[in-house]
Amino acid sequence: MRNRLVTSAIAFSAAFAFSPLLQTQRTNHEQTAAANAQNAASPPVPVRLDGWGRPVPQSPKDTKPAAAPHHDISGIWDPSPGPGEGIQQLGAKAMPEDGKPEHRLPYTPFGFQTLNNHKPSNGIRSVLPADTNDPVVYCDPQGMPREDLYELRTTQILQTPLKVVILYEFNRVWRVVWTDGRAVPKEPEPRWYGYSTGKWVDDYTLVVQTSGTDERTWIDRAGRPHSGDLRVEERFHRIDHDTLELTVTIDDPKMYTKPWVALDKFRFKLQPDSFDVREMICSPSEFSAYNKIIGIPASGKDSR
Amino acid sequence: MKANFSMGFALALGLLIASVPASAHHGVAAYDSAKQITVSGTVKDWFWANPHCILQFDATDSHGEVMHWMMETGNPSDLVNNGWSRQSLKPGDRITVTVQPAKNGRPIGRIVEVVFPNGQKLRTWATPPSEAK
Repeated sequence: MRNRLVTSAIAFSAAFAFSPLLQTQRTNHEQTAAANAQNAASPPVPVRLDGWGRPVPQSPKDTKPAAAPHHDISGIWDPSPGPGEGIQQLGAKAMPEDGKPEHRLPYTPFGFQTLNNHKPSNGIRSVLPADTNDPVVYCDPQGMPREDLYELRTTQILQTPLKVVILYEFNRVWRVVWTDGRAVPKEPEPRWYGYSTGKWVDDYTLVVQTSGTDERTWIDRAGRPHSGDLRVEERFHRIDHDTLELTVTIDDPKMYTKPWVALDKFRFKLQPDSFDVREMICSPSEFSAYNKIIGIPASGKDSR
Repeated sequence: MKANFSMGFALALGLLIASVPASAHHGVAAYDSAKQITVSGTVKDWFWANPHCILQFDATDSHGEVMHWMMETGNPSDLVNNGWSRQSLKPGDRITVTVQPAKNGRPIGRIVEVVFPNGQKLRTWATPPSEAK
């Protein structure tokens, strides 16, 4: 842990010494203009900043990561290779709604009917902004599994002897996964994020089962539906010290004739403990302003 | 029997998808992603917020006529990685903007690129989404 901190500190200092883009606060126009001049002069080189505005130290390329610790997925996990890997604008990354036959989901008749009642504001079935009924556009909770399948960004995982706590960047929500062997309540009151229990199936893999979800949420940005009978399995597999993979499987016999994989070995890389996560929140007032200025006029739904 | 049933649904879903305009394939249905318009003028307001940042902009044409544009770009979490910030634009800044215009012809657009008088640029995407996938 200390070695990792020292390495990070050295990398940070080296980056600071050599990079003209480096600043700890982007608080004035000239600093931004300098960054833009850099961008304009040559093809833009992405500089990854954390939420505090500090550049993210990169480990040297020839460093072999240490072995994965046992029964430990804690840390600050950043989507890899880039911060936008988990946005999933077209729906679940392993099965986007892009019209390709291999991405066609095995809907039941009821599942297909429910899909058609969902009007997304992005993708091949998208409607005009003013006509969407995507609950997340209006800042309703994403719920499970959508918190993994839309705007999945830097994810912090904490562990205690009895539970794993996952803190998501988008909307600053958290989930508790109980690892104390308890069973899910019988006939639970639905929760947006469901009820999650987890079990280590080997030294490096935590398998999480979630049920009891509220059926008002969509599975993903494309509007795939789920019922209250939905069961979600997440497999968190720590490959080495710096790499975590997440696989999400959907099982909902009311909506789909068989289970399907929504996220397939989605990769995260470990950031240092000093990494600050940006705040990214769906604010009803900000959305209302957006809708008034852009969404409704662009849809031709205002009085003009 | 089961295979035929699945194939029937596959066909139905395929027909559903085929009937959706191609321009809705990627991104927001309100914009014409095959077209770009470039205008110059003055920033009136820059709103740094979710879900999308908004630039309000007075464009002046060659006759001196002013058109008030409302333009949107990405969300702050993505834009910061492309060099944008809350301080990127302020009222009074004179800039040139390229947008994908709204299909309904209103002065509304999705920003492709902002260019400052000194040549500095800000882009929403590395490659703008277009009609072709």
